[in-house]
Amino acid sequence: MAVLVLIPTPLQKFTNNEASVDLEASSVDSLIDALENVYPGIKGRLCDEAGKLRRFLNVYVNSEDIRFLDHQSTPLKDGDEVSIVPAVAGG
Amino acid sequence: MQLLSASVTAILSRSTFTGLRCKECGHPYEASARHVCEDVCFGPLEVVYDYDVIKSRVSRATIEAGPTSIWRYREFLPIEGDPIDVGTGFTPLLKAGNLSRRLGLKQLYIKNDGVNMPTLSFKDRVVSVALTRARELGFSTVSCASTGNLANSTAAIAAHAGLECCVFIPSDLELGKVLGTLIYNPTLMAVHGNYDQVNRLCSEVANTYGWGFVNINLRPYYSEGSKTLGYEVIEQLGWQLPDHIVAPLASGSLFTKIRKGFDEFIKVGLVEEKAVRFSGAQAEGCSPIAQAFEAGRDFITPVKPNTIAKSIAIGNPADGPYAIDIAHKTGGSIAAVSDAEIIDGIKLLAETEGIFTETAGGTTIAVLKKLVELGKINPEETTVAYITGNGLKTTEAIAEAIGSPYTIEAQLDSFKSAWAQAQAARPS
Repeated sequence: MAVLVLIPTPLQKFTNNEASVDLEASSVDSLIDALENVYPGIKGRLCDEAGKLRRFLNVYVNSEDIRFLDHQSTPLKDGDEVSIVPAVAGG
Repeated sequence: MQLLSASVTAILSRSTFTGLRCKECGHPYEASARHVCEDVCFGPLEVVYDYDVIKSRVSRATIEAGPTSIWRYREFLPIEGDPIDVGTGFTPLLKAGNLSRRLGLKQLYIKNDGVNMPTLSFKDRVVSVALTRARELGFSTVSCASTGNLANSTAAIAAHAGLECCVFIPSDLELGKVLGTLIYNPTLMAVHGNYDQVNRLCSEVANTYGWGFVNINLRPYYSEGSKTLGYEVIEQLGWQLPDHIVAPLASGSLFTKIRKGFDEFIKVGLVEEKAVRFSGAQAEGCSPIAQAFEAGRDFITPVKPNTIAKSIAIGNPADGPYAIDIAHKTGGSIAAVSDAEIIDGIKLLAETEGIFTETAGGTTIAVLKKLVELGKINPEETTVAYITGNGLKTTEAIAEAIGSPYTIEAQLDSFKSAWAQAQAARPS
């Protein structure tokens, strides 16, 4: 068991064109580090220099925006699904 | 072969845009179907124009000689060839004397996109541009995430253009919005969830299917259509800018594009420069932009919508930070009103000006009233309130608030008795 991460198209170049990957992680922050371990360079795209998720990216844990949870400290457990979605859409 | 390339060049030479670029970091992209800065920061992409070319091609006279639709401004819109022209745009700008007097203003105008064509909201502007561009980019299926009006417009104009259409809406929309989409026979997906959830689903679908989503991968082109609400007001005021505008805020895109429209006409010399204050209207039940403005924040904290103003119920507004920036820089305000005030706003506009708007328009009128009461609008200012949708689509919202007819027999006595009751019931 692990966390399923849905990767948006623009980042799939880092994940060998995989649209979803399985990783072990206990929080959103540790998931970002786990992604970076397996796919070097991806963290620099997800986060700014301070390690904060870029403001034009939305991250959802089981369909809930992490801004309604505990932001990057949001805990993860086995079987959770994490979506990374570019925010600029709609209206 | 030579003929073909000559004709392609001729078509391309009609366009005035050169590509896309990230609004945040400036990274350039080609003019394809994409909306985020994929290579750097995920910021929004916007269309880049050659304003020298535009300036050399347009004048007040060339515009006035153009069609009575948004396409009189085609040099300012990101298309290459012939537009899909369904008569969209050039809606009335009404001098609102009765409402002015009621509110204590002197120069109030209503820009009435509740009678826009073909589907009675400002969305026809953005969709006309988006589907023209979708066709140019080779899409055969078009789609959108919608709070209702956009679904109506996308389905209608796709039908006219002969494009396949699949649209997504929250499942709790008003019946008028649902019927007003289904009649054009698209595939309609009513999603259990709010708009932000629909939008997220569509972002994922857009990643997977080769469709043109008007407000996702076509968003840079689509959003440009709203600039025409700026151009038209300038032209209809006799080639002048207003002093103050009030517009509803959902994603914030309309607000930013009215500003861009004003700025572009100044830039190419079509109108004299003047400071215009920009004020925005939200419903309290979905007011992430108003809350951020009030708190002095430049970032948006998303909310979960709960308001009758469903057409502007976007809890995570993509252009929210830009809308806040414009309101600050221009000395405008962003305010929110309750659902009860929204209903009063709908009734006030109808009773004073004969315009029946939907909940978004009620929000705008209620915020206009509030800003006047707070002294945020100078009575002498030329003020334009943007009404973006038609009340016949959201009759549920006001059904309980507008009384009922006197049901009578076809006899004079019956009428006389009812008329007496009616007179007694009217405020003196």
